[in-house]
Amino acid sequence: MATEVLMPALSPTMEEGTLAKWLVKEGDAVKAGQILAEIETDKATMEFEAVDEGIIGKLLIAEGTAGVKVNTPIAVLVEDGETVSDAPAPKAVAAAAVAAEAPASVPAQAAAPAPAPATVAKGWPHADLPEGPTKTMTVREALREAMAEEMRADPNVFLMGEEVGEYQGAYKISQGLLDEFGAKRVVDTPITEHGFAGIAVGASWGGLRPIVEFMTFNFAMQAIDHIINSAAKTLYMSGGQMGSPMVFRGPNGAAARVGAQHSQDYAAWYAAIPGLKVCMPYSAADAKGLLKSAIRDPNPVIFLENEILYGRSFDVPTDPDFTIPFGKASIMREGSDVTIVSFGIGVAHALAAAADLEKDGISAEVVNLRTLRPIDYDTVLASVQKTNRCVTVEEGFPVGSIGDHLASTIMQRAFDYLDAPVVTCTGKDVPMPYAANLEKFALITPAEIAAAVKSVCYR
Amino acid sequence: MAAKKPAERPNASKDELLKYYREMLLIRRFEEKAGQLYGMGLIGGFCHLYIGQEAVVVGLEAAAKEGDKRVTSYRDHGHMLACGMDPKGVMAELTGRIGGYSKGKGGSMHMFSKEKHFYGGHGIVGAQVPLGAGLAFADKYLGNDNVTFTYFGDGAANQGQVYETYNMAQLWNLPVIFVIENNGYAMGTSVKRSTKSPSLWERGAAYGIKGEAVDGMDVLAVKAAGEKAVAACRAGEGPYILEMMTYRYRGHSMSDPAKYRTREEVEKMRSEKDAIEHVRDLLLQGGLATDDDLKAIDKEIKAQVNESAEFSKDSPEPPVEELWTDIYA
Repeated sequence: MATEVLMPALSPTMEEGTLAKWLVKEGDAVKAGQILAEIETDKATMEFEAVDEGIIGKLLIAEGTAGVKVNTPIAVLVEDGETVSDAPAPKAVAAAAVAAEAPASVPAQAAAPAPAPATVAKGWPHADLPEGPTKTMTVREALREAMAEEMRADPNVFLMGEEVGEYQGAYKISQGLLDEFGAKRVVDTPITEHGFAGIAVGASWGGLRPIVEFMTFNFAMQAIDHIINSAAKTLYMSGGQMGSPMVFRGPNGAAARVGAQHSQDYAAWYAAIPGLKVCMPYSAADAKGLLKSAIRDPNPVIFLENEILYGRSFDVPTDPDFTIPFGKASIMREGSDVTIVSFGIGVAHALAAAADLEKDGISAEVVNLRTLRPIDYDTVLASVQKTNRCVTVEEGFPVGSIGDHLASTIMQRAFDYLDAPVVTCTGKDVPMPYAANLEKFALITPAEIAAAVKSVCYR
Repeated sequence: MAAKKPAERPNASKDELLKYYREMLLIRRFEEKAGQLYGMGLIGGFCHLYIGQEAVVVGLEAAAKEGDKRVTSYRDHGHMLACGMDPKGVMAELTGRIGGYSKGKGGSMHMFSKEKHFYGGHGIVGAQVPLGAGLAFADKYLGNDNVTFTYFGDGAANQGQVYETYNMAQLWNLPVIFVIENNGYAMGTSVKRSTKSPSLWERGAAYGIKGEAVDGMDVLAVKAAGEKAVAACRAGEGPYILEMMTYRYRGHSMSDPAKYRTREEVEKMRSEKDAIEHVRDLLLQGGLATDDDLKAIDKEIKAQVNESAEFSKDSPEPPVEELWTDIYA
């Protein structure tokens, strides 16, 4: 009986990919385990193996095709003597073939936490982007470009971390940097976060400007002593003699279906520490402008990225001098009825909620904080004084959240302007579950944000 | 003390021996004074005295050149004095005054001098080990021939980050000298009670790092070993481990119940192995100095230490505005 070969999900967040190359042609007999094709995702190019044996009846997708959705039939495998017409009509079936690492029969799009499509983000006004030409690029490209530009400008800037060099970056952020800058400045480390974080802090005292890439901030837990005790506190403890000009960056928060130990949002933790600066970009423009500022900053900067946002596209100014200052929030969308304050991927959810609320006649202003230390209180307070209502949105845990801190600040500094209590939308107070349905419930969604907004609007 | 002596004792000149005598004596008298000021309530918090271990830092500083760096743990007063930091500034930091190296904001365990390439003073046991390798990483990256002396104790030698650092230091050929100051006790836990492999320097062999044990009570042996390690590092032969077999006479900190070792053990070390007495004997028995010469030095040192104590009392507390400075550059 004929079998469809489906586009596989090759990473937790993969929704589509490029069918880079077919290694078989129609009529070829294939064995289980034989490499059928090379598939390029936003993370890497991977080989894709046959699960069943049979004969290639038809190649449904031409090589070089980009944007092939996961689970799309890409070929038909027939048994000896069969023809393609014997194949069943295309329907949604479990993936017949997946790569070794990908969990079988789990469509990747079902796992993604309801992301707003990139087109939603692209058109929004970006309040303080400078006038001038822009180009569309992904968050991933923006981060890479920021590092490359700053490394060209300052020979003492270097990148270190796991798989940043020869592997070209676990998430391809550093792709191509090894070729341009060499192994002296793109340093592959052993898997030893505590140790290399400490070495990087020491190097920053010795006159260099390290960029430390953590494969995820979950792994930075192994290194948090050096981030806080060694990097953040030394300027103070030395009476101003020496600080730590460096950046710790990497994906933070939930990706998709990677469970409790790989899904934590550390924004509130790092934002609590005097001596650190903390960035959490949403758009590609945020990513580029803030990362360039972070690399130039004479202080230790925590730069919290998001794996789901890496592949999204936004307009970014082409001006090579474009940077975004710390402590300057961006009003992503103006509104008059309520202020939604968020950062990172929360901004995507907030914008999606705001679009829905508009249909119900509620005008929501969306503030993208961009940096969590320093926080742009002035912009938040001015907005709340205008709308008289506030909802905060973040992916992290509820206790001791950024939202709690904002609610307390708004209460202390704008109490008389409030027409309703500030409501904090956060991730649920549970370790991140693996099951697709439970993970969805654990994460903050646009629907929950819209419900919170309606509650503060008494609607 | 199972340390082996170097095969050939280097000849030390009169000036050299007098210099070591003076430097070691300064540390000892300074620490005695710090203990006194602690008892008077002028120094607060934790205060870890270096008395007994003076030969380690003085011997290694004799092997260093301008530009070399050093980083150590919280038992750091001796290292600061040995690298030429001003006793007044160190003592005033202990009393928490504006005249201290960190303007009173760091304290005994957290002091720095960029000018003297002293990178702390670290209160987290073992944290200074990757930090020191990072300083060496920077020197290698910048292409100079400086080395970094990274000091840590026998207690820190059981921290995982030490071995993460060994691995990368050797992998990247970093010019770092790991100096294990094995004084026999991690706080109150003897080396015997914390490890089955009491030779700490030999652990470097697992990473291919050369090293040796050294009689850390003999300043000349320390200096000779230091010169060897420094030469290897400057020649680009990567990291080196020196395990200094030494002893602290005082408690771990000022609040030490001293229940984990006998008074006799301490007395035996003081009477038989004392580093300062050793140099004193070399000077007197070799006819290089008279009793009066040494008494004159003692007097000078005492005056210097008293001056630092007076300074540390007279220097004002930091103004309240200092609470809010130096958080960001």
